[in-house]
Amino acid sequence: MTIRTFGGFCLLCLLFLLVPLRASAAGDEAVYNEAAKLLTSRSFDEKEQAIRLLADNNHPQTKQLMTLLMESRLYFNKKDDGLYQIDDYETDKPAISLLNNEPVAIEKKRDFKKITLNNQLRSLVRQIQAEIGLKSPDLSRRLAAVREMLGSMDEDALALIRKAYAKEDSATVREVMQIAIAIGELPAADEARARDAVATLAGSLEPDARNALTQFAGSTDNAALKAAAEKALAEIEQRARFYGGVETLYFGLSLGSVLVLAGIGLAITFGVMGVINMAHGELIMLGAYTTYVIQQLMPNHIGLSLIVAIPCAFLVSALVGIAIERGVIRFLYGRPLETLLATFGISLVLQQAVRTIFSPLNRSVATPEWMSGLIEINPVLSLTTSRLYIIAFCLLVFFALLLVLKRTSLGLQVRAVSQNRAMARAMGVRSEWVDALTFGLGSGVAGVAGVALSQLTNVGPNLGQSYIIDSFMVVVFGGVGNLWGTLVAGLSLGVANKVLEPWAGAVLAKILVLVFIILFIQKRPRGLFPQRGRAAEG
Amino acid sequence: MFLWRIMKDDRGGQILLALLAASIVLVPILNGLPSDSALHLPTYTVTLIGKYLTLALLAVAVDLVWGYLGILTLGHGAFFALGGYAMGMYLMRQIGDRGVYGNPELPDFMVFLNWQELPWFWQGFDQFWFAAIMVMLVPGALAFVFGALAFRSRVSGVYLSIITQALTFALMLAFYRNEMGFGGNNGLTDFKDLLGFSLQSNSTRIGLFIASALALAFGYLLCRYLMQSRLGRVCVAVRDAESRARFMGYRVENVKLWIFTISAMIAGVAGALYVPQVGIINPNEFSPLNSIEVVVWVAVGGRATLYGAVVGALVINYAKSYFTAELPDVWLFALGGLFVLVTLLLPRGITGLLRSKEAV
Repeated sequence: MTIRTFGGFCLLCLLFLLVPLRASAAGDEAVYNEAAKLLTSRSFDEKEQAIRLLADNNHPQTKQLMTLLMESRLYFNKKDDGLYQIDDYETDKPAISLLNNEPVAIEKKRDFKKITLNNQLRSLVRQIQAEIGLKSPDLSRRLAAVREMLGSMDEDALALIRKAYAKEDSATVREVMQIAIAIGELPAADEARARDAVATLAGSLEPDARNALTQFAGSTDNAALKAAAEKALAEIEQRARFYGGVETLYFGLSLGSVLVLAGIGLAITFGVMGVINMAHGELIMLGAYTTYVIQQLMPNHIGLSLIVAIPCAFLVSALVGIAIERGVIRFLYGRPLETLLATFGISLVLQQAVRTIFSPLNRSVATPEWMSGLIEINPVLSLTTSRLYIIAFCLLVFFALLLVLKRTSLGLQVRAVSQNRAMARAMGVRSEWVDALTFGLGSGVAGVAGVALSQLTNVGPNLGQSYIIDSFMVVVFGGVGNLWGTLVAGLSLGVANKVLEPWAGAVLAKILVLVFIILFIQKRPRGLFPQRGRAAEG
Repeated sequence: MFLWRIMKDDRGGQILLALLAASIVLVPILNGLPSDSALHLPTYTVTLIGKYLTLALLAVAVDLVWGYLGILTLGHGAFFALGGYAMGMYLMRQIGDRGVYGNPELPDFMVFLNWQELPWFWQGFDQFWFAAIMVMLVPGALAFVFGALAFRSRVSGVYLSIITQALTFALMLAFYRNEMGFGGNNGLTDFKDLLGFSLQSNSTRIGLFIASALALAFGYLLCRYLMQSRLGRVCVAVRDAESRARFMGYRVENVKLWIFTISAMIAGVAGALYVPQVGIINPNEFSPLNSIEVVVWVAVGGRATLYGAVVGALVINYAKSYFTAELPDVWLFALGGLFVLVTLLLPRGITGLLRSKEAV
């Protein structure tokens, strides 16, 4: 070997060392071009080659291409053979070139042709997607990828997961991977391995783990293993039931929060002032419509509009409430039945007013993004974010109101007037003024409840009517004049409703709850937490 | 003699009964006139008036408990609707095999729901006498049980109003359910004949009108009789000073219970006469709004007069028919405004204006 050849050899080695480094730029381009050419072919074999080429070379666009392929959004241009993403295969809609991300308008539909897959290719693509997912630096991506694979564990998937498991350093992902491995091993494992696998699966709530166990228990001949699998299944069932109970409780609490929100304004007007306000539901409705109007005014800021709507709804409903108090109710103090009739008349007028102004059709209020979503606690229990917000909002309103009544001078005067009007007046409290403000406060809270309800149901003229009876039930059940009673009553009625629902159906559950309240009032006419002492005699 | 005794001091009632008697005679004659005559009364109008009369009877029933006993019931529509359903079940059974599915035993909606046999609570409704008893018995029994529970535990005032409202609301939800066996949403309809007479024929419609007028007259007389008796005076005592009446040794809860039950039965009869004239009964009759509307009729007409209830029911229902046909948007404004104005300005109702000099 001469020096020259040795030098040439060294150069060659250097070149080889350099190749992987510069492959990312020029190599990628070559791979892309090659794959693009193969993909446009009619033969599925060549398409398979293209897919493997992309995956084996770790091409950065592999993931995007696989997704597009799976979703049938990948097209090629017959003229230049380039790959395009087309979401809407119509003339004049954009086609986005995958080479440079430039959109071009589709001139003729027949210039573009969709790249189709067959079942075999589809499973290949799915596997590649899983592989990419498993390698993703993002933890939640990896977790999702493993989850995705649980349902279809075969030999290849098992090998893939085993490989990834060795490199994985997050405990959460490892846990799910163990389950995946157990599912994969279970059908063909020897006794000791199968026992371990069953033990692993016993701790999991994944539905696929349960399926695998059920299948295994049905097919295995080994009595001991079968018993172990059945025991594991029973264990899983029990835990799933527990989480089911937690979910029911959560639904119940969120329904209860709605009831509390609807009823808490009434707890002030009816409970503290003793005024039967049948128009309460319509004040809630006004709050909901205020939300709608504000959202119409600022259509580009849905989240912000909701926050702006809270004080606005409070003001609108409070002002209407004060107008009702000044205009009608103050002439009827001490005549509860007449108040009931007059306010019912007002409720009809308000309903018709809304119908005339906004049309009798329901209006929909958009939900901001941060309110929609799921918080997944485990595979059988996930909490909807919107319900969580409702519960939090209900508690917020409740404690704010409690604070107003217990800690401010207005609250002090309200309580004084409600306990002994004559004495309060003698002490210099302007009782008429306090009446108006109290009624305004209760009405305003109803408006705030309307903002919350606009997120849950359709906003229509009948919104209020559907809540008025529930609100009265909550207040009467809790005990008149007692905010805490209202909270407890609302939440417990909500939970009771949701607990009864699975075996009685929604309507029957509601009827049962109503009947229960009717019977309860017979037994304790003053509710769960009756007022004691002199205040009770009023 | 008996009539003279109870109607002696009741000028409004005398006029009312006289008018009813006159209408029983005149309406069939006017309806029989040739249709181009100026005085001809179309059958449609006869049925409409008949319907108003049954609603007036319901109002009398409400006035009995609200006007004289001070129980503001927001659930009387429930008793009315139950009576209506009992009658509707009889009418359904009368259809026999003339229904769409031609099943001789089962009403159409049951065939539609794939039911194989008649539920137990439908048994017997093919007999008119049975249905007629049920028209009074079912609302009466419900009122008795509900009242026994409520009055014994001294639920009164607003609380009672709210739970009566909850009662009718719960019943409405229940009757909306298909599984209840009362036709669900659609209720009972498509009736063919009553006691063998076709419901479409003129003579049956006039017969129903006369029956309604007679029922209103008898209902009125019964209530008037009760309120003229010692029991009636106890009722007023309970209304005005419940504790005092109790301390004097009257069993307040029993008084309330019996009057409430009788009132519910009258409401049931009203419902039973209402249904064949409108041709349908559905769960909407249970809606709390309907019950509250009845209270408004009484309030507008004038409480504790009985004839005031009749006047209120007729005036408001006529106005309702007129407005909902001519100016549908205005109706709820008018009704709502009426609630407010009457309670604020006319605590004794329309008839109160006419008898302003009398002591109440």
